Parts: sequence; C-alpha cells; structure tokens
Amino acid sequence: MTVLLLLLILAAIAAAGFVLGRRRALARAGGNPKLLHSLPAYYGWHAALMSLLPAVLLMILWVIAQPIIVQRAVTDTLPAAMTADPTALELTMADVRRLAAGLDAAVAGGQMTENEASMLRTEFTDVRDKLARVGVALGSAVTHDVLSAAQEYREITAQFALWRMIVVIAVAVLGLIYALAVTKPDLWARNRVERVMLGLLMLASTIAILTTVGIIWSLFSESVNFFRQYPFTEFFFGLTWSPNFRGGSQLGFLPLLWGTLYITLISMVVAVPLGLFAAIYLAEYASKRVRAWVKPLIEVIAGIPTVVFGLFALITVGPFLRDYFAQPLGLGNSGSSVMTAGIVIGILNIPFISSLSDDIINSVPQSLRDGSFGIGATKSETVKQVILPAALPGIMGAVLMAASRAIGETMIVTMGAGAAAKLSLNPFEAMTTMTVKIVGQLTGDTDFAAPETLVAFALGITLFVITLGLNVFALWIVRTYREQYE
Amino acid sequence: MNDMRITERTVQTNQAKITARDVQVYYGDTHAIKDVSVDILDKAVTAFIGPSGCGKSTFLRCLNRMNDTIPICRVEGKILLDGEDIRDVRVDPVQLRAKVGMVFQKPNPFPKSIYDNVAYGPRIHGLVRNKAELDEVVESSLKKAALWNEVKDRLAAPGTGLSGGQQQRLCIARAVATSPEVLLMDEPCSALDPIATAQVEELIDELRANFSVVIVTHSMQQAARVSQKTAFFHLGNLVEYGDTTTIFTNPVDPRTESYISGRIG
Amino acid sequence: MTDLSAAGSSPLGRTRRSILIASPEMKRRNRVEARFKYYGIAAIAVSLAILALMLFIIVRDGTSAFVQAKLTFPVTLDASVLDPKGNGNRDEMAKVTTIGYGKVLTASFLAALQAKGIDLGEASEKDAAAMISKDAPGQLRAQVLADPSLLGKTIEVTVLAGGRIDGYLKGRVTMDTAQRDGNVTPEQLVLADKLIAAGMLAKKLNLQFLTLPDASDQRPEAAGLGVALVGSLYMMLMVAVMCVPVGVAASIYLEEFAPKNRWTDLIEVNIANLAAVPSIVFGILGLAVFINFMEFPQSSSLVGALVISLMTMPTIIIATRSAIKAVPPSIRDAALGVGASRMQTVFHHVLPLAMPGILTGAILGLASALGETAPLLLIGMVAFVDNYPGAPLDGFGDPATALPVQVYSWASRSDPAFIERSNGAIIVLLVFLLIMNVSAILLRRKFERRW
Repeated sequence: MTVLLLLLILAAIAAAGFVLGRRRALARAGGNPKLLHSLPAYYGWHAALMSLLPAVLLMILWVIAQPIIVQRAVTDTLPAAMTADPTALELTMADVRRLAAGLDAAVAGGQMTENEASMLRTEFTDVRDKLARVGVALGSAVTHDVLSAAQEYREITAQFALWRMIVVIAVAVLGLIYALAVTKPDLWARNRVERVMLGLLMLASTIAILTTVGIIWSLFSESVNFFRQYPFTEFFFGLTWSPNFRGGSQLGFLPLLWGTLYITLISMVVAVPLGLFAAIYLAEYASKRVRAWVKPLIEVIAGIPTVVFGLFALITVGPFLRDYFAQPLGLGNSGSSVMTAGIVIGILNIPFISSLSDDIINSVPQSLRDGSFGIGATKSETVKQVILPAALPGIMGAVLMAASRAIGETMIVTMGAGAAAKLSLNPFEAMTTMTVKIVGQLTGDTDFAAPETLVAFALGITLFVITLGLNVFALWIVRTYREQYE
Repeated sequence: MNDMRITERTVQTNQAKITARDVQVYYGDTHAIKDVSVDILDKAVTAFIGPSGCGKSTFLRCLNRMNDTIPICRVEGKILLDGEDIRDVRVDPVQLRAKVGMVFQKPNPFPKSIYDNVAYGPRIHGLVRNKAELDEVVESSLKKAALWNEVKDRLAAPGTGLSGGQQQRLCIARAVATSPEVLLMDEPCSALDPIATAQVEELIDELRANFSVVIVTHSMQQAARVSQKTAFFHLGNLVEYGDTTTIFTNPVDPRTESYISGRIG
Repeated sequence: MTDLSAAGSSPLGRTRRSILIASPEMKRRNRVEARFKYYGIAAIAVSLAILALMLFIIVRDGTSAFVQAKLTFPVTLDASVLDPKGNGNRDEMAKVTTIGYGKVLTASFLAALQAKGIDLGEASEKDAAAMISKDAPGQLRAQVLADPSLLGKTIEVTVLAGGRIDGYLKGRVTMDTAQRDGNVTPEQLVLADKLIAAGMLAKKLNLQFLTLPDASDQRPEAAGLGVALVGSLYMMLMVAVMCVPVGVAASIYLEEFAPKNRWTDLIEVNIANLAAVPSIVFGILGLAVFINFMEFPQSSSLVGALVISLMTMPTIIIATRSAIKAVPPSIRDAALGVGASRMQTVFHHVLPLAMPGILTGAILGLASALGETAPLLLIGMVAFVDNYPGAPLDGFGDPATALPVQVYSWASRSDPAFIERSNGAIIVLLVFLLIMNVSAILLRRKFERRW
C-alpha cells in the first residue's frame, strides 16, 4: 500500500514537473514559443521524466534490496542454532515472515493495536491462539525467539518503508529542480525526451530475451538440484516410473517419452491426412465463396481452448473408443488411452496443419500450375506430381511444428491419456506423458527439496529442448523453402 | 536479323487447323475479346501482335481452354479444332490440352530432373508402355527442342539449374513430348536474352515442319522473322489478319500501319 | 503414339482421335481426379462434423447447468431458534450457525408436506429433509442476517434441491441408479414425483450458476462460476494493461528503430521461438520465478496474469508488427519530409494508422489467453477457492480460479453432476470467446484499408 501511495506521490510530482517545465521554458523565451528549440510541451515532458525516472529506478532497486537487508538484520537477532544451516534458516525466516504478516493483518483488521503487537510476549499470551481468533492461521506454536524476531522484522520493515518514502521523494524533487535549472530556450528538450522514449521502447523489446532467460534459469537451476539427488543416467535410461514420496522412487524417463511419442504419432496420423487434404481442396479446388466460409470454420477449431478438447476426450471420445473398439476387441477397458488423447490432439492440430499447408501450397508459383495444365495434366496430377513435391519441404516444416505442439500439449493428455506410466504397444491402454507428470508432480502440496517434485523441472527442460529443437529445425526448413521461390 | 527470309519463304496454302468464329471473352464485366474470327493454318507459324493489353494472350489461352482455370472468365463463340468444337460439353479440356500444348512467357520448369520434366506429359497421358519407349520420347523431344546435345550427359540434373534459354527450350521439349498438333507460345522469348531468343526463334521455325505453331509476341521484328501469318489485335478487336509479308509491307487498316510504324503501342 | 480406334485422321495421315470422345485412359484419369477431389471434401466434412459434434455435446449437456431443481415452500423463521437473545442484534444473531437454520428449514419443509397432504410414503423424515440442498441453510441465513425484520414471519422461500434430486429431474438419476447410489434412495425419488405434482418442486432458471463460488464435492447443485469469472476478469484486465503496451512498444522498436545487428537478431529469434514454447513451460517459469523466488501469493490472479502476459507477448508482438508493416513507407516519408522527427512520425502517423490492426491482434491474443489452462494449474489456481477475491488492487493478490481451470477441476470430480457444470462453464467460456472474436472481425471489417 505504501508503494502505491509512493507511486501516486511520484505521479503528482511528475505532473507538477510537466506544468512547471512548460511554463518555465515559455517564461525564459519571453512568452514566444518560436524562440524555443522544441515545442513547449517537450520541456514539460522533460521535467516530468527527469523527476520520475531516477526516482522510479531507485524505488525498484530499493524494493529488491530491502528484503535481503532486512533478512540479514533479523538473522543476527536469532540464536545461532536456528540459523546454522541454510535449510533451517529458510524455515525459520518463513515462520518469522508469516508471523509478521499475521500481526500486520491483525493490526490492519483492528483486532490489535500497533502497541499491543509490538509488546506481545509468548510468556503471557498464546500468540498462535490469539492470531487464530482474528483469522490468521499459523502452522506451529510460536516460540519466544521467533516472536521477537518477527517484531524486530516488523520494526525494521516499517523504518525502511519510511526512509524509502523520504529518499525517493527527495530524488524526485531534486530531479525536478535540475530539470528546471537546465530549462532554457536552446535546450534540445525534444531530443532528450525522445532518447528516453527510445530507451523505454528498447527495454520493452528485451522482454522476450528476459523471458527466455527466465525459462532457462528456472528450469536449469532446479534441474541441477534434481540431478544432485538422482543420478543422471537412471533418469534418462530408467524404464520404470514410480515416484514415492517416502523415498525409494524410481524416476525413469523412458516410459514418459514413449507415451508422449506414441500419442504424438497417433495425433499426426489423424491430423496430417485430414489437414493436408483439406488444405489441398481449399487451395486448388474450392471456389472463392466456399473458401471464404470453410477456411474460417476450420480455424474455429484452433480457437477453442484445449481444456474443452480435454473434456471432449474425457466424456465422449474415451468412452466411445472403449465401448466400440477396446472392449469388443479385448484390448482393454480404459476410457483414457493413448488412442483417445492421440485422436483428440490430432483434431486440434487439423487447422494448424491445414492453414500452414494452405499458405505453403499457395506460395507455389502459378507458373508451375500453368505449365502442368498447359500440356494437359489434370488437377490431381498437377497437385500430386508438381505442387506437392515443390511444397514438400514447407509441408514437412508444418508437420514438424504440429508435432512439437502435440508433444507439448498438456490439457488433453491430462484429461484423456491417463496417469499410468507404461511401456506398451497397445494404443487402447492408458499411458502418460511428460506434460501430465509435470502437472502431477507440481500441483497439490509440493516439497521443493524432494526429487519427486524436482523431477518435474528435469522433465520440463527435456520437453523444452525437444520442442525448441523441433521448432528451430522446422522454421529453418520453411525459411529455406520460402527463399527458393522469392 | 535475316529479314531476307520473309521474301524467300514459301507460304503454302495449308488447310486451317483451328477455325475461330465470333469469339467473345468477358472478364467479369469487361469485354476483353470482341468478335474475333480467324483461321490458323496447319504446319505454319501464326503470330499474334499488338500493344500490351490488346487481348492477344487472352485469345491464345482460349485455344486450349486455359481460361477455364480463371473462374471469372467467360468465353462465347465457336472455336473448331479440325472441325470439332473445342468448347463442346463432351470435350475434356485435359484431353484437348494434350493436343494443343502451351509454352509460357516465363520458363517454368518443374522442380524435377530434366528427364522427369520432359517425361511428365507422356507419363500422365499414358503415351508410353515402358521405360525404353519413354527414353526414346524424351530423347526425340529434347532433339526437337534443340537441347539434346547440351543436356544429354546430365538428364538427372534439376531442370531449374539450366540457363534461361535452356529452361525455355526444356519447356518447349516438355510440350512437344506429348505429341501435340498445335503448339501455343505466349511471348516465349520475353524473359530471354538476345542469344537465347535467337536460338528459340530458330527452333520455332524448325517446329513448323511438324506442328501448327501460334506465337504471341510484342516484338514486331520477331513476328516478321518467324511467322508466315500475322494477326494484329487492338483493344480486343482483331484488326487485320493476313500473310506476314503483306501485314508488314502493305497493311490495309490505318491502325495496323500506325502500330507497325511505331505511332501506337 | 497410340494406334487404338482412330475416330478421324488428319489429311496428313497422322492417326488421331476426335476430341469429342474421351479415351479409356482419359476416363480412368478422370476417375482418379474425382476421387482425389472427394478426399478433400471428405477431410473438410470430417473436420467440420467433429467440430459440430463437439459443440452439440457441450450445448446438450451444458445448458441444463443454467436451470436447477428448486423447492418452494413457506418457512416460519422461528425467532426463538434464530435469535435466542431476542433483541434483533445482528452480531448476536450471527452466532447462530447454519445448523440452526437447517433445523428451521427441515421443520418448515415437513410442515409444508403435511399441509399439502403429501404422504411421505416409505421415505423417512430424514430422507425428506435430505432432499433440500446442504447449501440452502447458508443461503437462508444470509437472507435473514441481511434483513433481521423477517424474524418471526413466515415467508415463501425457493431453495435449491439436493444434487441427486436435481439429477432426477434432469434425467441423470433414475430409479435404477438410485438403488445403487448411497446418496439417494428410490423412496426420495417417489416423494420427488409427488412434490412435482404438488408444484413444490420444479426446474427453475438458475443464474446463480454465474455468481456463486465453487462448492464442495457434496453440493454440486450449489457450485457456481463466481470466483472463476472474477479471477478471469482480473487476469484479462492485468494482461491487457501489462502485455499490450509492452508488446506494442517492443514492436515499435523492432519495426521502426532497431538497427540491424546481432542483438536485434537475437530478439527476433527469441520471439519466434517463444511463440512455440509449450504453455506448461511458462507455468514452470511462473512457479519458479514468481512464486518461489519473488514470493508472490500462490493461486493469485496476479501471478496468473504475469505468466499469461509473458505467454501472449509473442502473439501480440507478431500481430502488431504486421499491422505496422502494413502502413506504407510513403506515409513515413511524407511526415519526415515536413520535418517531423522519427519518434513524432511513428506516434503521430504510423501508430494511429496501424491501430485497428493492433487492436484486432490484441483482442485475439487476449481471447487465446482467456482459454489458457495448463500454466495456471502449476501456479495453484486449480485450488478449491470459495471466497471471492477482494476488490482491485488488493484483490489481485487473493486466491482465485479461472474459467478454463474451473472446467478442468469440475471435470476431474467424481460426481457426474459436475460434468454438467463443466459443460456449462464451457458454454460461458465459449460465449466470451465468441464475443471477442466477433468484435475483432467487426473491427477489422470497419477499419480495413487497402493501400
């Protein structure tokens, strides 16, 4: 809340800066805007940015640094036994923070005065009980050390917040004063403002890189933790997946890879023929009117959220396949199966393959079609013998991209494929995939020290590498293909 | 080049291969070809000339119904091939195009080997029974297109790797391979350099022995060099049609004269 | 050269066939052609048929979530039970729990049955009382606390019937299934028939489906989309505020200012590849960075919005860049020619002209963000949340769920009554997606410009 208040104050200072900067520029030009280098408004923006930017930067740094400094200060007040090793310190500090937050909530809710909160003593009050009565649940009974640390924590935090406000506002005001001091008619205000804007635009464009770095960091750091606890070779070459939170887990990756690839294969068998034939018909046969209606209709499939397909797999496709194929053929009696998930992912991928292939077929030059028709080929002969061979690399790229999507698909397999990790050839059996297990290991109560949880990150990095590799390869194929016809 | 050839050439009074009567073509609401009637002779080269946009290419594309592939295009009138209406409902345009082959402005070899490019037509039309026959057809077609000596050692190389002139001759060989009776050429030299143009023009003159050739060109010199008959199109009308020598030396219509002398076009 | 039947021959002796007669070879080729074309039609027909089937099943199974079996009967609000002190003080009345209200409801219901002369048959009084939803006492309590003057009066109330009774009216529960079901007895169903005949039990419009929070496994009839709708709304607001401006700014930089160098290439490659990263990986990112490292509140719409913003960013950037690219260079030249700076050119001319395209792309990006499920599971938005999140901005940190996640969590419960609700939630979700897509199409139509 104080951060929000601070931001509002900064905004007010900036707004004042705009008005003052503009007025001062005009005043120094004797009221004649023609004497100014830039339009008067730019002097206003200049002053506003000068007060806002350094202050906001400082505030961001402060918000990042404060918890670290506070934690260090509070740690010093705790007995050495509680801060001996990093895990214990982590747990204690979590308790301290939770208790401090509880006291904050109690004060904010009016059940306790500020004074009561700082005077609270474990010797006289059952703190846990007292907080529970005001609606703040604590995990364990509160010890004296933790309580005093929490009180210390609150005090330091409050002090820091006060100083933060004073320092940040001071910087904003100094910035404003500097801006007003340099404001004169020959100040290139527009160029200065534009340079700042360019900087902001550039900053926005780095978000893509930051995201990638974030993904790689989050996958990598926890994967390293995992491989410290679980041998590398047993993960990548293990044939059994049976996690057990009491220890003795077998976390072999191969059954999951097999399930993923089997489902992907089936989805491709469904999506490639349907998508490709639909694309050929739309590109080569359909009249303009039919195309204008059918193409968007097929693309509707791509706009439906995957969880809807998941439900379709769970309550329609799964039972249908079980009742009409699996049971009569004696191949099992599970609604969730590789077949169910594969078929539904295939349906999801039809529009993907058909629109990419449609684009690619359309980019085959008309002159090749003319050449073929001109010596008396039928349309299908032209398609099969001239267009498809010419478009083949591009279509391969589209198929690979679709495969990469099938491998990374989560909701449909979570709801339609099952949870049992198996190495089996029977497509009517329930199997599982990497994505299902990532969801399974990371939802619910998780312990980020256990290999059973951390394995999800190892699965995640494997999934990331596989899909990224496929995609880079596919993009390269498509790009090479396009260059051929440009 | 050798303009003397015009006078030397013996113009036979061949029988008409294609007879067009009162042909109209519409693109949507635009009336692109108006009342065109013309006889195209067998074993002769007929040139269609005229300023760009005059409809000469459009009319050419009527002769093997390539216009069918354009949805908004509508054709009326009679076009007879050996006395049979090519626009009859019983006529399969695919079968027609095997008899009336076409070569296009830009060389458009398929992204296949030289051999497969030429073999494409015979294969789809089922003209050969075995590999030996196919080899023979490919060789004779490439010879007819005057390309055999240049490519006989690299028939498996991709057709797209040839030079522009070679590519265009490959496309001619591809069209010749289906043993058509008429060969339509839509500005076959416009994308070629002068040397390649000369080679292709020489080839056209040789093709006259076996086929009826119709060539659309924007170059009057080219028409004069290769054709026996010339038709001059202007704004969708066939203005004048006659022996090439007559058209170029003694045109009847003032519009033809203006075009030939360079005043319009 | 074929020398089969020669229907005509040219004067030059070449054997030839009339073009009016199709050769056998030609007939065969035309059959292949027709078959090939048929494959294309079949592929399209199959795809569209599956789409239609899916939508049909959703509508068939989901619309019933918007009606609910409800019991209507007079309730006497006994002041001695509900306000033991008898002074009408709301704080003291609040100490009476739902159990007290449950007793009042039961007593009034049995009295109403008697008054209408309905015979309980083989059903016990407990059976009859169990036909009222376990959620009803809570709702009655809220009603009384909101208006203490109702105390002591007899009011006509309409309360939810239990989930199985609702299922019976909707055909999901039959006498057969009731035999095997521990949660309902055939006697209750017999009684339900009598109540229907007496007009006390009927299916009524249930708009509370859109407003109530989620309910536990035992009370499917009271489960609603309220929290999920608020959560999704909060997320969309935050995504729109965080993702669209940053995405547009990044696009402007890349399209108008970025120099051609390694760094720019790196950004380009990153954007192209991020668009293809599986959504679940973004969930892992959210869990590791926002929750474990930055310690943002778990299950909150804030973290959900951050994750989805990062996911949607590439889509928005790609759409915005193509909109900016579509503005012809002549416009830029014209502005630069009269002495505008490049920044002024972009913000005064290029951006306004590209705006319809940018907005369309943004709406479509938000639409796909609205349906995203997998990453939200990992950041805990799948948890059972039955408290509404608070008002913005504090409420952004409160636990919430989202529409598609609610679909998933209902689908994974055992009671089939939740499947109906799952389908109902999909209908709501699809209606929102339809509105967004249609408005994007209209926007594009209205401002479509050909240069």
